[in-house]
Amino acid sequence: MAVLDLRDALNQALKEEMTRDESVFILGEEVAEYNGAYKVTKGLLDHFGPKRVLDTPISESGFTGLGVGAAMMGLRPVVEFMSFNFSLVAIDQILSNASKMLYMSGGLFPIPIVFRGPNGAGPRVSSQHSHNMESVYAHFPGIHVMSPSNPADAKGMLKAAIRCNDPVIFLENELNYSAKGEVPDGDYIVPIGKGDIKRAGDAVTIIAWSRMMNLAHQAADELAKQGVNVELLDPRTLKPLDMPLIAASVKKTGRVVVVEEGHFFCGLGSQIADSIYTNLFDYLDSPIVRVAQSENPMPYAANLESATMPSVAKIIQAVNQVTYRT
Amino acid sequence: MASDKAVEKPGKPEKAGIKKDLNSGIPREKLVAMLEKMLTIRYFEEASIKAYQQKKIAGFLHTYIGHEAVGVGTLDHKLPQDSVVTTYRCHGLYLALGGSPREGMAELFGKVTGCARGKGGSMHFFSKELNYLGGHGIVGGQFGIGIGAAFKSNYNEENAVSFIFFGDGATPQGTFHECMNLAALWDLPAIFICEDNQYGMGTANSRAIANTDIASKAAAYGIKGYTIDGMNLAEVNEVMKHVVNETRTKRRPALVHMKTYRFFGHSVSDAGLYRSKEEVDSYKEQDPIGVAIKELTENKWMSEEDVKGLQKAVKARVQDAVDFADESPEPPLEELTRHVFKDEVENMYDPANVGGVK
Ligand SMILES: Cc1ncc(C[n+]2csc(CCOP(=O)(O)OP(=O)(O)O)c2C)c(N)n1
Ligand SMILES: [Mg+2]
Repeated sequence: MAVLDLRDALNQALKEEMTRDESVFILGEEVAEYNGAYKVTKGLLDHFGPKRVLDTPISESGFTGLGVGAAMMGLRPVVEFMSFNFSLVAIDQILSNASKMLYMSGGLFPIPIVFRGPNGAGPRVSSQHSHNMESVYAHFPGIHVMSPSNPADAKGMLKAAIRCNDPVIFLENELNYSAKGEVPDGDYIVPIGKGDIKRAGDAVTIIAWSRMMNLAHQAADELAKQGVNVELLDPRTLKPLDMPLIAASVKKTGRVVVVEEGHFFCGLGSQIADSIYTNLFDYLDSPIVRVAQSENPMPYAANLESATMPSVAKIIQAVNQVTYRT
Repeated sequence: MASDKAVEKPGKPEKAGIKKDLNSGIPREKLVAMLEKMLTIRYFEEASIKAYQQKKIAGFLHTYIGHEAVGVGTLDHKLPQDSVVTTYRCHGLYLALGGSPREGMAELFGKVTGCARGKGGSMHFFSKELNYLGGHGIVGGQFGIGIGAAFKSNYNEENAVSFIFFGDGATPQGTFHECMNLAALWDLPAIFICEDNQYGMGTANSRAIANTDIASKAAAYGIKGYTIDGMNLAEVNEVMKHVVNETRTKRRPALVHMKTYRFFGHSVSDAGLYRSKEEVDSYKEQDPIGVAIKELTENKWMSEEDVKGLQKAVKARVQDAVDFADESPEPPLEELTRHVFKDEVENMYDPANVGGVK
């Protein structure tokens, strides 16, 4: 096992899958000659050549549609969005075409495609560059949504996504690309739909994904000092959710905090909370508390930005609430 | 009806064809005023890079350095009723319009005294008085806004025109073509101004645009196309006088291809490894500010002392803007959820009433 940055773990997954399967190719803005806006595709052009690593013009709707058509004819595209904010320009291709093609063709045309790129807020990039897209994409049937929090997961999950015969939204995070961790060599797969306990505990289950898991870890360290041992659960795949894993944890702790970077209203956390209330009501000792982004577009000013975002302090506060320590 | 007119005039790229020197009939006072604006932009942007390095500015910072003649030469023809919209590279046009350097710098610093109360930041400068409809972060996101402003001018039977600035990298976006078609179809007084600095981030436009003769795309919509040397203030100013006039009076859109160059990276975090030093240097030799100063002094319209005095005065004004931004307060926390909506409605969404961490 080597210690890698999350971006290099993704790079390894892409390289291995492109080596394994000739029909996998990657396209997007700056992915080839510039080695990717965030260097996830570094070296792929040199290694695989311009046939399989393609720089596109700024034409998200066009190149996303191209990916869908190529997938219908049997190729396995990986479409990189320089950021998931720009997937909004292509959202019609993703939702009206990719996610429905198999169904509306009566099973004739599977769409093996991965849409990937950074999701959520970068540092101080203001209102139009800070969207969290998970709850939007997770709303629609016919598409899986995944979001890794550490390098090993990033590699194993991306490999599973590329091998999947259905569309996958794969959400990375700019502020997490440099996160380091041990990454298994070779054919390491994290199956779609499998969550993971990142830290065992018995007091409270904190459910978090992507960069929010880093904040949850920090909160857990702080809370451990106060004698509160929280369990950290990373669903990894956000749709479909690993309900068996969630159930086992909730039965153990009886208390739940859900942390997401996106907005509160109709956020993915509301679906997770609903699934728990519906299936595990009798095991709960307190109402679930959600930590999410405040109800405003992302402001630029530093103080307003940090007030908008979830934080370690807000997570600790939520844990205090579910344990009635306030 | 409207659509007949659109086909009446098959567009043919028009050549600019005017004298390239500054001594071309533009009055001295106007030239000096335009030089002052270009210097304001240059020094403002230099100060912003410095402040970024000092971590007083964060996020993305896209400077207008190299493009000054395009914005200043064009917007010299903007009347108060006209509107302007552009990309995230939006500081230069704001200053060219006479926007306050203090409010601009405060916006970059994320202060409440900024032109968007510190909420927009570098990519989102706005001004209501100037009808500056914003800097926009999504490539192609401003085209619709621009033709909407042109639509309003017709709707209210005004003579306003709409200036729509965009980069070469935006021409492959669908919305560019959609909006040109709409503007031509409905006779909207919109001027599409492509600031072609030859790159969209690290991609040379020959690798992204099938036909890099931007002005020729006008023909597809039956409107006029122009190609202008965007490094030449006089050429920009003279040709745009004609274009703005035509658009204002004939109520037909136009497409203008400005050939320019950015002297720095795409944003401050871009090292620009995809361009050779020779290439960058060759454009720096055509620095619109340097050329303007040279010609003004050679023509004895300004002495070297005049130039130095002007530079000094502009520098002082920019320094004052930096000091103002530095000393200004951050937005108070009430600003967080202010301006999400204009109107209050019943049961306004309030996280405190819905649940979530208290
Ligand atoms: C829809 C969309 N896709 C991608 C981006 C990322 N991006 C920002 S600027 C840019 C290059 C634009 O180049 P150009 O239009 O030539 O303008 P310039 O920066 O050269 O002024 C890209 C790809 C974006 N902001 N919006
Ligand atoms: Mg450009």
